[in-house]
Amino acid sequence: MVMLDDFFVRALLAGIGLALTTGPLGCFVIWRRMAYFGDTMAHSALLGVALSLLLSLNLMVSVFVVAATISLLLLVLQRRQALSSDALLGILSHSTLAIGLVMVAFMSWVRLDLIAFLFGDILAVTVTDIAIVWGGGIFVLAALAYLWRPLLAGTVNAELAEAEGLKPERARLVFMLLMALVIAIAMKIVGIMLITALLIIPAAAARRFSATPEVMAVLASVIGVAAVVGGLFGSLTYDTPSGPSIVVAALVLFLASLLPYGRRRVEQPNP
Amino acid sequence: MLPPENLNERPLVSLSDAGVFRNGRWLVRGVDFSVRRGEIVTLIGPNGSGKSTSAKMAIGVLSPDEGKVERQPGFRVGYVPQKLSVDWTMPLTVRRLMTLTGSLSDNDIVAALESVGIAHLAGAEVQHLSGGEFQRALLARAIARKPDLLVLDEPVQGVDFAGEIALYNLITSIRNRTGCGILLISHDLHVVMAETDTVICLNGHVCCRGTPAAVSQSPEYMRLFGATAGQTLAVYSHDHDHTHLPDGRVRHADGSVTDHCFPGDGHHHEAEHEGEPHSHHGHTHEHDHVHDHGRAAPTPTGADRNKGHGHA
Repeated sequence: MVMLDDFFVRALLAGIGLALTTGPLGCFVIWRRMAYFGDTMAHSALLGVALSLLLSLNLMVSVFVVAATISLLLLVLQRRQALSSDALLGILSHSTLAIGLVMVAFMSWVRLDLIAFLFGDILAVTVTDIAIVWGGGIFVLAALAYLWRPLLAGTVNAELAEAEGLKPERARLVFMLLMALVIAIAMKIVGIMLITALLIIPAAAARRFSATPEVMAVLASVIGVAAVVGGLFGSLTYDTPSGPSIVVAALVLFLASLLPYGRRRVEQPNP
Repeated sequence: MLPPENLNERPLVSLSDAGVFRNGRWLVRGVDFSVRRGEIVTLIGPNGSGKSTSAKMAIGVLSPDEGKVERQPGFRVGYVPQKLSVDWTMPLTVRRLMTLTGSLSDNDIVAALESVGIAHLAGAEVQHLSGGEFQRALLARAIARKPDLLVLDEPVQGVDFAGEIALYNLITSIRNRTGCGILLISHDLHVVMAETDTVICLNGHVCCRGTPAAVSQSPEYMRLFGATAGQTLAVYSHDHDHTHLPDGRVRHADGSVTDHCFPGDGHHHEAEHEGEPHSHHGHTHEHDHVHDHGRAAPTPTGADRNKGHGHA
């Protein structure tokens, strides 16, 4: 495939695959008010990077394992109710990031391009990376579709969902694992610091134009794709870093969604 | 109120000596009750008395730390939780809310919304509903599922007085029509009790139980709700030959629909009811006319509320 030889086309393909995945997932992140939670999981990815270097493990696998472990640890700590959730998140978020940085500094035998991990290097994606993004993305979306009802009902009210025969807790657990998987996949593309932006901003931009959760999930994907395309072309034109450019493009779309348009909100007027 | 054969049927759910222990204290202990098909069981009690906790044990959301909860396998629950808020970031229309936990046919959705009087709000976002409208939507969602057991935790909170009676009538009619069991939690004793088969009065434990009339007379109940409660909280047991429509109008037995009634139309009981407030336990009267409860000034005493018309 000659086309795939071009680094820009590879970047576009990887970015679009990722944006399609993060759209619906990001909707749940904002509905469940888990933005900071996602951030914490993403920050813990650097600990995963350090561990993979130390133990010579596959990078993506160790990032996934660390992110998943952190999310489960949070679940356990939240049950104990010793500290508030946001304090716990702050502690875990920054300590895992710091431990990762310290560990990397100790490993003087490795030369690590930290910036690539923190902010991504989408222009360096390989064909294998594209395959992983699309394969992983299809898996995540399929799992999300399968879990849609219990996850959505559990988001509205977990007790209601459980009383009426669904299993919201199980759905929530699988959702955490899917988040960890997406973070492992996305790290190389937008970097640890910006993954949550790709989850949250397209979903937030989609809110205004959606009448149902399903429409919002699809629209979030579409807006995410637009942000990736716009950001990458912008980065090419103005020679700006690609990951941050994608986030800036997403932000522009979000701000555009706030503009007052001629028509009223899609739903009925305020009572 | 129950056909006798129902009493022999196995309960949908039964709690025996069940209790929940959380954060170093018992939320509720020694809870003992069962709900059968076609039965309305009402849990009453002050705030924090364990009503919601008991209901959650019954539907399996909380597992008991002591005692036992037995549930018939595979029955369908419709649940209206006490508190439910939908985050504004989630776009959710009333219609979409209806199918939150399972698919429904369009007919069932429309019929359920009509029965609670909010069919016109099907396309509205739930965040834009008033408290009373949202409660109606939640109730519609629960009944549209055609449940075997309907669990209603303060189902009429925020609903106006006229609507409250209409909704309680609706709940009774659902029981009569579908034969489902109903577990009702309420602090509002005036209207609920007469249609209830069993009232369980909770205060961290079961303090009394029985038929509505028996409970409202029991010393434990009076202690909990105050000495005057027994006199002022009359049992609502009208024989209805008319139906209160959700929009406040009334349909008569002969099928006519009217807006209001006025004093002197021959159907009021001024003479009979004048004088000091008095108890109406077991009081039954037949109507062949309209009650527009919304127009009657709600008065603080249950006895007046009970009559609810034409005395202003």
